[in-house]
Amino acid sequence: MQQDLTNHVVSIIGTNHKTSDVAVRERLAMPNCSAPPLLEFYRLGVCSEMIFLSTCNRVEIITASFSGEQAVASIQRQWEELSGLNTETISRNTYRHYGSDAVRHLFEVAASLDSMIIGEPQILGQLKTAHKTACEAKTCSTILNRLMEHAFFVAKAIRTQTRIGSSAVSISYAAVELARKIFGELTGKTALLIGAGEMAEIAAQHLRQQGVKSIIVANRTLERGIELAQRLGGQAISLSELPDALIKADIVISSTGAPGYVLFKDQVSKIMRPRRHRLLFLIDIAVPRDIEPSINEIDNVYLYDIDDLKGVVDQNKAEREKETVKAHRLIDTEVIKFFSWQKTLSILPVIHELQKKAEEVRLKELVRSKAAIKNMTDEQEAVLEAMSRSIAQKLIQNPIICLKKESEHHPELLDACRRLFALNNNHNGSQEKNSG
Amino acid sequence: MATIGFLMNMATARKDVERWAMGILSAGLGLHTVYLAYRWWISGHAPIVNLHESLSFFAWFVTLAFLALQFRYKLKSLGAFVAPIVSVLLIVSYSQSNKIMSLPPSLKSFWLPVHAGICIASYALFATAAAIAMMYLLQEKNIKSKRFNRLFERLPSLDGLDAMIGRCINIGFPLLTLGIITGSIWAESAWGAYWSWDPKETWSLVTWFFYAALLHQRLTVGWRGRRAAIMTIISFFILLFTFLGVNLLLPGQHSYATRLD
Repeated sequence: MQQDLTNHVVSIIGTNHKTSDVAVRERLAMPNCSAPPLLEFYRLGVCSEMIFLSTCNRVEIITASFSGEQAVASIQRQWEELSGLNTETISRNTYRHYGSDAVRHLFEVAASLDSMIIGEPQILGQLKTAHKTACEAKTCSTILNRLMEHAFFVAKAIRTQTRIGSSAVSISYAAVELARKIFGELTGKTALLIGAGEMAEIAAQHLRQQGVKSIIVANRTLERGIELAQRLGGQAISLSELPDALIKADIVISSTGAPGYVLFKDQVSKIMRPRRHRLLFLIDIAVPRDIEPSINEIDNVYLYDIDDLKGVVDQNKAEREKETVKAHRLIDTEVIKFFSWQKTLSILPVIHELQKKAEEVRLKELVRSKAAIKNMTDEQEAVLEAMSRSIAQKLIQNPIICLKKESEHHPELLDACRRLFALNNNHNGSQEKNSG
Repeated sequence: MATIGFLMNMATARKDVERWAMGILSAGLGLHTVYLAYRWWISGHAPIVNLHESLSFFAWFVTLAFLALQFRYKLKSLGAFVAPIVSVLLIVSYSQSNKIMSLPPSLKSFWLPVHAGICIASYALFATAAAIAMMYLLQEKNIKSKRFNRLFERLPSLDGLDAMIGRCINIGFPLLTLGIITGSIWAESAWGAYWSWDPKETWSLVTWFFYAALLHQRLTVGWRGRRAAIMTIISFFILLFTFLGVNLLLPGQHSYATRLD
């Protein structure tokens, strides 16, 4: 039995990286719960719909209920019990949103505006999984299904209409992006790793994914170089072969533990002619630095050290912050749209009754007419049937359109409709028959 | 028709605007073609005689070259750099007298469309190359200085731009060479000498040497990057001087720039 869906409040209680540290969050995620947390909460019976979202940066319980705050309060009590945290800790580490705030919050989460790294795309997938789980457990229906669909739509719109997800915010990714701005497609390019550090390996794997053809590893101890080269499907050389390798390479990633420079300006100037002045992109992620900074002055050579890359990442982050303003504007309009949809839910029972009434009248009159005409052929009967159907439909067609379009601003139309068509329900709104 | 080009400026911002601008530019090219054909038909000679006609023809070729490149390689934001050139050319062209002039008999020849057409086609390619070189310099500065302005994301990669400059020059240079050779043959039949060191001829040769040097460096030592881009732009300015400056400033036999009134 469901109550009028328009009176349901979307409420969210949750915690994220901003409101709690990881130790509390871990316990709130309740990994050791005997039953799935979603069911533990849904069992309370305080809300009609529920989704449980848990990621490494957030735990949220999204609900639709008649009572809103009461429901959230009983959920919180259950949470205390299950996680073993006291009331005060939970209250301090969580946030609660109701109604339009809750909808806005969910849209922000979906669009990755509330993430630790703004614009990171994983959250949308996690939200989809949470929704799917809830669907399978049958804990969500009309309102939350629609809300989720709307949230996915908003997230997609924000991704395509703003540039929130477009720039690199991790260092190795920023390096790859830069390489793409220098070389275009990276297919067929050669990368040279100087030093076999972990960071270099990550960056090299990124480059591999982008289609870099061959990887050369130059390391002080050849064994480690060979090891890494094998993992990356490349070839290992000793440091003395570096000049030759530099001629072949397009992208150089240096990450040795050497105390001084390992690559000097005149070494690089010398190889530009044999390279036929092909562009050379040097990435120095070592601290202290491996590559003499003045190398950046050489034509067609671009040197980025770890600070430069961080600078790029920061610029990109700043850019994202700007784009969030645009995204919030978009969300505001979508929140309004969601609520106008929810309002239309109140007309569904009226439309339903109207259609039922029309059908009743039609069938009654049809039976009477059939009885009055004797010896009708099948054909004539079909014509009569079709005619009654279209008369009934056409009579109620306009009222339905009118209700759909205007009842949002003229709620009195609902009542008028009930009275004009003598629909058998009285108008207090809560009816048993509209459970569909 | 000139205004059409300006719309391309907005093309960088959004995809749909870009599609619009491309459409408008293509339509502009179509109308322009009709206009040129009409002038040819009316005057009975190729419409490359006075300055108005040459510039108009120049703009037509630049547009053609741009659309061909865009169709083949889809270079981001190229339109925003090429369209203004087209617009300027057309505006200057329309500021010139557009009377149809009758041709002195010495110039009435089969060589007129061949020589002038080939020359202007090569100019158009060099103009496009210079526009791409500008893009290259902007993007180069972004990457070298490690400070990215808003264009950074919208400009293509350095290697992509460089390859495109190479293509333009590789086609433009043989055309320029051919233009000079046909000019020389025509000069022999019209004026009786293959080469008479008239300013236009001299400057054409200078231009030719510049582009020859650029191409030579590219082909032999793989010269590229910032300096090659700057050289591309300088060469284009020399070319502009050959095309316009010589006509307006230095008297000579290539007098198509002289105003009628």
